[in-house]
Amino acid sequence: MTDVRAGDFEGVAGRPVPNERERVEAENRRLAEERKKIVRDGPKLTGEKLAARLDATWRRPPGIIGWLATVDHKEIGRRYIITALIFLALGGVLALAMRLQLARPDSALIGADRYNQLFTMHGSTMMFLFAVPVMEGVALYIIPLMVGTRNTAFPRLNAFSYFMYLFGGLLLWGAFVLNIGPDAGWFSYTPLSGPQFSPGKRTDIWAQMITFTEVAALAAAVVMVCTILKCRAPGMTLARMPLFVWAMLVVAVMIIFSMPAVALASGMLISDRLIGTNFYNAAEHGDALLWQHLFWFFGHPEVYIIFLPATGFVSVIVETFCRRPVFAHAVVVLALISTGILAFGLWVHHMFATGLPRVGYSFYTAASMSVSIPTGLQIFCWLATMWDGRPRFQVPMLYVVGFIVTFVIGGLTGVMVAAVPLDLQLHDTYFVVAHFHYVLIGGAVFPLLGILTYWYPKITGRMMDDMLGKIGFWMVFLGFQLAFFPMHWSGMLGMPRRVYTYPAGLGLELPNQLSTIGAFVVGLAVVLFVVNAIVSLYRGRIAGPNPWGAPTLEWAVSSPPPVYNFAHVPVVESNTPLWDGDGKLPVVTGLRVDDKEMLLTTVVAATPDLREPVAAPSLWPFIAAIAVGIVFVASIFSPWAIAFGLVPCAIALTAWFWPKELKRHPEPVID
Amino acid sequence: MSFRRQGRAAVLALLLGACSYQRYQSDFGAAATQGRQFLTLFWIFLGVCLFMYALVIAFLVAGILRRRRATDANVVETGRHHQSHPLMRTTLIGWAALIGVGLTALAIASFFADRSMAEAATGEKLSVTVTGNQWWWDIRYNSDDASKTLRTANELHLPLGVPVRIQLASNDVIHSFWVPSLAGKQDLIPGRETGITIVPKKTGIFRGQCAEYCGTQHAHMALVVVVESYADFIKWWDHQLQPAPAPANPLTLAGYNYVTSGPCSACHNIGGTPASGQVAPDLTHLASRKSLAAGALPMGKGNLYGWVADPQSLKPGNKMPTIGLEPQQLHAVVAYLETLK
Amino acid sequence: MLEPRFTDDVAELPTYKFGPSSLTWWGIIGFMVIEGGFFALTFAAYFFIMGHEQGWPPEGRPPAALLAGTLFTILMLLSEIPNTMIKKAAEARDVAAVRLLLPVMVAIGVVLLVIRGFEFNSLNCRWTDDAYASVIWALLLLHAGHLLTDWFDTVVLTALMYTSVGYEGRRLVDVDENSLYWRYVWLLWIPIYLMIYWVPRL
Repeated sequence: MTDVRAGDFEGVAGRPVPNERERVEAENRRLAEERKKIVRDGPKLTGEKLAARLDATWRRPPGIIGWLATVDHKEIGRRYIITALIFLALGGVLALAMRLQLARPDSALIGADRYNQLFTMHGSTMMFLFAVPVMEGVALYIIPLMVGTRNTAFPRLNAFSYFMYLFGGLLLWGAFVLNIGPDAGWFSYTPLSGPQFSPGKRTDIWAQMITFTEVAALAAAVVMVCTILKCRAPGMTLARMPLFVWAMLVVAVMIIFSMPAVALASGMLISDRLIGTNFYNAAEHGDALLWQHLFWFFGHPEVYIIFLPATGFVSVIVETFCRRPVFAHAVVVLALISTGILAFGLWVHHMFATGLPRVGYSFYTAASMSVSIPTGLQIFCWLATMWDGRPRFQVPMLYVVGFIVTFVIGGLTGVMVAAVPLDLQLHDTYFVVAHFHYVLIGGAVFPLLGILTYWYPKITGRMMDDMLGKIGFWMVFLGFQLAFFPMHWSGMLGMPRRVYTYPAGLGLELPNQLSTIGAFVVGLAVVLFVVNAIVSLYRGRIAGPNPWGAPTLEWAVSSPPPVYNFAHVPVVESNTPLWDGDGKLPVVTGLRVDDKEMLLTTVVAATPDLREPVAAPSLWPFIAAIAVGIVFVASIFSPWAIAFGLVPCAIALTAWFWPKELKRHPEPVID
Repeated sequence: MSFRRQGRAAVLALLLGACSYQRYQSDFGAAATQGRQFLTLFWIFLGVCLFMYALVIAFLVAGILRRRRATDANVVETGRHHQSHPLMRTTLIGWAALIGVGLTALAIASFFADRSMAEAATGEKLSVTVTGNQWWWDIRYNSDDASKTLRTANELHLPLGVPVRIQLASNDVIHSFWVPSLAGKQDLIPGRETGITIVPKKTGIFRGQCAEYCGTQHAHMALVVVVESYADFIKWWDHQLQPAPAPANPLTLAGYNYVTSGPCSACHNIGGTPASGQVAPDLTHLASRKSLAAGALPMGKGNLYGWVADPQSLKPGNKMPTIGLEPQQLHAVVAYLETLK
Repeated sequence: MLEPRFTDDVAELPTYKFGPSSLTWWGIIGFMVIEGGFFALTFAAYFFIMGHEQGWPPEGRPPAALLAGTLFTILMLLSEIPNTMIKKAAEARDVAAVRLLLPVMVAIGVVLLVIRGFEFNSLNCRWTDDAYASVIWALLLLHAGHLLTDWFDTVVLTALMYTSVGYEGRRLVDVDENSLYWRYVWLLWIPIYLMIYWVPRL
């Protein structure tokens, strides 16, 4: 057969019969000649001339069409972050409404039905629409920059993922505004959420919101895994990968393994509700606990899916602000991986009160406690880095200190609730509410606020205001303690979670009043953060490429980065490339400039492997998301929607994946 | 109400752990073997956790306060950022070992507490079945002698020092049986048999509450538990076995007639009368209970009026409809219900 | 902005390779793991529900009839022969052979889908009957979806191979990976076949 080697036009273009050996070879020779004319970056094409040409090739079309069609990971990541922060604000408003209701005993401010919608919406919004997507958004923005590539893998899948997420969020909140918001709690236990006890469409909407966000999260996870494994800069071996990238690799793999569980669980729920299956129906040989097993098989890893990116943020901040790499890099990596594995072995600790065999409990107690070992080691490594370096306490670093002080409390109460005899008392009380807010806010939101301050100049080109940042930090930190510390106390006094009111005289008045005051302080601080972010967009100090003196590749490009990220693909020679070089950035050259192309490297050693054409902007991911979205929403009303809806979905997906023809007539090099 | 008094009480309770009014519905109650063992284990865990927390904070403070000269830190400015202090590696291993030892100790303590709870829960002398309903508790005292079995609702009486087996079942969704002062919680799951054994160690009145979200009125699904001496308990049981007293005057008779022939009897049972509904709380000795509507209201004439007249405004969404009684009917019904001592 | 220091040139790198070098290979592995997880959890649900039953199927219901499912299984396994031929042809860059064989796979897919229709008819239960019925319907339906997706994929790929883009080397990688996926489809079918037809007969 034809001798096809490297190049852009392999195969036998335009020749239907490949057996005609001579003609094929002639064609290949002609193509090889043409190949020499392709424009590539190199010592002769660099600097501004290269920037202008790359910009012309990579820039998306302007206007609303271009906006919808974009496949730039930075735009998609930014949208993810902003959308998730809006959902954070909405979820936060719900929290404040609940705190107002609970400020006084026997309060009649908000009725039972409305309150039940509030906490269901709060939990669902925070878990599915804020925490996971915001981590993904940050990662999608920063990881290609951090690993030195021009875009993520599968950029159209990335765009599709965002639209699916957006539609899921709009569905849930649209329903809530129409007063048909779900009210069965964010973990929607059957049979309460089943057809008999939750008639109407509320739970169906919840379940389909789950489907939307699962599809989005799974797509983003595949994008991240492939980007991290195949798109790293030459020389960035696995051992040299930044800790945040490691964290996101573990998280993406965890998403891939855990999210199918909740998709399956909610799929079974919705089929129980709509077409009369009996998965959870005890009267017909089903089992209500099947839901809990499936849900928590997802739900527990979910907590680490939220927490591990935050540990990556902490590593990034600690490294830059202590002026040295994190102590014991390998230990931190192993800690991340073992947390990821252990997270799948402890879902049953959410079910200690369900009366499962006692022998199994001891195993889950041990497993749940053992997950604190890798976390404890990570904490030590950060503290050792601070001790061994020269920490600068700028705003991101303050959030790290706040994180350690707060998160460790949550970790330790986590050890408490891992013990069966303690859990049977503390489970489903405000003690547990305090515990997981210490873990999720202290452990994930504090580092998130820190990292947003840290990467804000990279994303916008300007610094956030330092003074406002510091005031905001102290308000968040102190307000948080005021809001959530008393909850340990009210939980010990027997206050169950998810009650819309409580009687006077149980000693619950004071802790609840304190919590309400604290919650409003936190709310105010979040407003301050947003104000700071908006004002700094226009008034902030110009940042320059590397305002913090940081060591990783995202700081090697201008702020904000150009649409193609790197003019030449960088080469990495150490863990902290910008600290160890000779002041110049080592690069490889030879990627096409006249067509979108990026470099793939091998998985472990990151040696150059392939030149990969990058997908052009396209409306099809958006159209596909709409088609799939219509199927999901319509299936709530009729199962036939799935059959009919598959046709437009198939059309959209086919159009999306239909490959582009590589440019065969390269423009001549302009000197 | 006085904010200061409340504050003082809370602070006192914080310090002592178990202040008097905290016994009513509180993890500090320790009014049964299980609750006591919980509390012991809790203090052990708290101690170990505080110790570990203090270590972390000490290290953090040391890291913050340690001012190093620009020349001897292992940072990028000195070019020594790839080196680390030799002490750190040893400390890391020590820290890992400490966590391992601490967790092992706690796991063992937890295991033994669990086992001793299980041991204390043997030799049950009394069997009670508690069935969860949206949003009230159905209670049956089981006995081999059929004439001794007893059905009541929302108020559980337990004899002091006697191990009681409480069988748990649910008629609708998942609930959780939880009386914090006595013991940890246990779920009631439709289609599954669960149970809990309690050995009450202190007399008194305790409040329990459904701990698994079960729908609209989850917040008002409470349970009163009365722990009393064995003699008092037997007296109570014998009294509860009696049928409801016959109406003694025209007003209560009118109430009797309405309750036993009107819509009430479709759902409620009153022993010794034609009212024999089974889907709502048994009313035979309603007025002897301490609360109304599963702990939503204290028992009393005023609350009876309010509840019978308009249950939907006092506990919105509950399964008892607002019937719209005429004033005379209301007077009669309440007067009759008050006789159900 | 840092000045570049030029080290190496990648212009001569290929734009496609087969196997783990290919980006889409990793993407497909990712989606296989997702689907595998989905199926594995469905299997877990099946055994969880079976776990607290006295009889399986419960209440002495007859298990699914064997004919259609067994026929399906035999054909599914036999389809690996043309599938392997396609995979080898793609790796040998034999476009003509690929073009010839892909329609065969499409035809096999049609036959399989038709038999699958009869399989639903031979389950001896409706999904509403009880949890047993629900879960075996779910297994069969999920696999039918899996089959349908890959069949559709094959149809599109076949069409693609007859257009001008079909001559790019990257299309051969697509063919290669589509064959890989087909293997996954029948590999997953084996446990499902056992669970629907044979475990209830144990």
